[in-house]
Amino acid sequence: MSDVLDALAIGVKSGLGFQAIFFALLAIGINVHFGYTGLLNFGQIAFAMLGGFGIAISVSQWGLPFWVGVIVGIVAAVVLALLLGLPTLRLRADYLAIVTIATAEGLRLLFRSVSATPVTNGTRGLSAFNGSFIALAPWDTQRRYDLLGTSWSGGELWVALVGWTLVALSCLLVWLLMRSPWGRVLKAIREDEDAVRALGKNVYSYKMQALVLGAVFGALGGMVYAVGTGSAIPDQYQNANTFLAYAALILGGAARVLGPVVGSIILLFILQFADTLLRAFISNGVIPEALLSSTDVAQIRFVLVGIGLMLLLVFRPQGIFGDRREVMLDAR
Amino acid sequence: MPADPNTGSHAAAPARLAQKALADLPWEVGVAKPDPAMVVDKVTRTFGGLTAVSVDHLEIQRGGITGLIGPNGAGKTTLFNLLTGFDQPNTGTWTFDGRSLGRMSPHQVARLGVVRTFQLTKALSRLTVLQNMLLGAQDQAGESFLKALVPGTWRAQEKANTEKAMDLLRRFKLDAKKDDFAGILSGGQRKLLEMARALMSDPKVVMLDEPMAGVNPALTQSLLGHVKDLREEGMTVVFVEHDMDVVRDISDWVVVMAAGKVIAEGPPESISQNKAVVDAYLGAHHDAPLTNEEEDRVLAEAEAAIAREEGAAPGGTTAGTISSEEHKP
Repeated sequence: MSDVLDALAIGVKSGLGFQAIFFALLAIGINVHFGYTGLLNFGQIAFAMLGGFGIAISVSQWGLPFWVGVIVGIVAAVVLALLLGLPTLRLRADYLAIVTIATAEGLRLLFRSVSATPVTNGTRGLSAFNGSFIALAPWDTQRRYDLLGTSWSGGELWVALVGWTLVALSCLLVWLLMRSPWGRVLKAIREDEDAVRALGKNVYSYKMQALVLGAVFGALGGMVYAVGTGSAIPDQYQNANTFLAYAALILGGAARVLGPVVGSIILLFILQFADTLLRAFISNGVIPEALLSSTDVAQIRFVLVGIGLMLLLVFRPQGIFGDRREVMLDAR
Repeated sequence: MPADPNTGSHAAAPARLAQKALADLPWEVGVAKPDPAMVVDKVTRTFGGLTAVSVDHLEIQRGGITGLIGPNGAGKTTLFNLLTGFDQPNTGTWTFDGRSLGRMSPHQVARLGVVRTFQLTKALSRLTVLQNMLLGAQDQAGESFLKALVPGTWRAQEKANTEKAMDLLRRFKLDAKKDDFAGILSGGQRKLLEMARALMSDPKVVMLDEPMAGVNPALTQSLLGHVKDLREEGMTVVFVEHDMDVVRDISDWVVVMAAGKVIAEGPPESISQNKAVVDAYLGAHHDAPLTNEEEDRVLAEAEAAIAREEGAAPGGTTAGTISSEEHKP
C-alpha cells in the first residue's frame, strides 16, 4: 500500500514538475496550430530547441544576460516559423507537416554536429546558464522542501512556479484570442480555407500569425525545459516529444484552452506513476522477475499510455474537455 | 404615378429594371450591355492541352440576374474561379466596376464586393450558424491580432454584426438554429446559410455556383425567392444552374457556355430556340426525326420573331404599365 502511495506522490510531483510544463507549453502551441487553425506542425520540438538553445548559447557562449537569451530564443523561433510558413502555407496542409518534421530532425542533427561544436558544444551540450534565473527565487534554492509527500529542491520549485505562471498567462492569451473575431477566423480556416477566402479574409496571413504564435509557445516550453534541467543538449530535443505533446493535447481535448495543460499533467503523471509502481512491484516480488524485469519498465509505461489513449479514443474521442457533438460532426 | 394604382407594389418596380434595359439588345455573343458591372475580355485558361475557358468578350449587366448554363465540363465553374481570384487565367483581362481584377487574390476580390458560393457547399461545420454568419462581416476590428486582445475595441461592432446576422437568419428562417453547429444542418439549409453568410458582407455582386443543386423542390422555391430579393436590393447576381425551369424563371439574361466558349447569350426565352445551344447539349450531328422537329423549330422561330416585334413595339405584351416611362429616363 505504501508503494502505491509513494508512486502516487512521485507521479503527482512529475505531473507538476518542469517536464509537465514543457509538454503543456508545447501542446498549447500545437493547440493553436492544429486544434484551432488546422495546421499540421509535426516539428514543434524545433521551436523548443531554439528556445532552450537561445538562452544557453546567449548566456554560456556569448556571455549575455539571461533575459537577453530569452529574447534571442523567442526571436529565433519566430524567424524559423516565418521561414517554414513562407513557402508552405500557400500550399496544402501536408506540406507544412513534411517541412516541419524534416526541420525538427535536421536542426537537432545540425546542433549536435561536429561543425556546430564551437557554438552548441555538440553532443555534450551547454550548461551553467540558469544561475542568474535561479538566483531570483525568493527562497533558499539550496534547501529541499517537502511538498505533497515528496521532496522538491528550492530551484525546482522556483522553475515550477515561474513555469506554471507562464502556462497560466499563455492560457489566458489563448482564451482571449480564441473568443475574439480573430480566433473565429482561425477556426473557420480549420474548417475550410476557401470559404474563408471567399469571405474576404487573408487566409495566408492568419495562418502565418497562428504559426508564429504557436512557435513562441513552443520556444517558451523549450526554455522551461532547459532551465529545469540546467543543460541544453541537442539529443534532449528528440522529435518524439512533439508526438507526446500531441498525445497530451488529444488526451485533454483539442481546441480547448485548458485541454493541453490538463493533458500534459495527466500524461506525465501516468508515465511516472506507472514507472514507479511497476519498479516497486518488481523489486518486492509482486510481479515476478520472469514476467517483467525492471529494465522493461521504461517501455511498458508507454505501452500503458498507448492503451489508455486507445481506450480514450474509443470511449471519449473528444478528450477530457472536448465537446462530443463537435467530434461527431467529423463522422459525416 | 397615375399609371400605378397599387402603390404598395413599389418594391416590384425596380425588380425587372435590368430585364428592360436588356430587352432591346441583339441576341449575340459578346454584345455590349448598357451598364456592365463586370467585363471579361479574352480570358483563357488552359490545363495542359485542354482549354477550359476561352471567353472572348462578356459583359454582365449590373442589377440583373445573369444565368450561366452549359453542359458538364463547359467551363462554368472555372470561369467562376477566374472571376473571383480562385484561379488565374493564362491570358486576358477582366474588370469589376472598371477596376481590373487581374492578379488579385480571392480575399481581395471579395473585399471589393464580389462574393461567391461554392458548388459543394462550404458550411464551416464546427462553427455555429451564428459564427458562420459573423465571419461574413467585413472590416472587423477584432480580426486583427492586437485588437483582438482588447475586447473593448470590437465589442460594439460585434454586437451590431450580430444584430445584422440575426436579421438575415430570420429572413432565411435559420434563426432558430443560430447556436447549432453548421455541420448538423441539412444540405438545403447549408445552401441557405452560405447565401446568408455571403450577404453579411453587403456584396455588390453575388456569384452562386449551382445554388439549387441537391435541394428539395420546396426549398428551391424559397431559394429562388431569396435570389430574386437580392436583385431587388440592387445586387448583381450571376449563377450557374442546370435546371432550365429555374433559369427561365429568374434570369434576366442567360449566357450559354460549351467547351470553354460562350456560344450564345440572350434573354431566357431566346435560349431554347438557339441552334448552337441545342447542338451543344444534344450534339451537332444528332439525326432528329426531320419532319416534326423542323416543323417545331420553324414554328418556334416564327413565334420568337413575332414576340420580338411585339416586344419592340410600344406598350407591347412584355412591357408593363410603368415600363415605357422608366425605359427611357
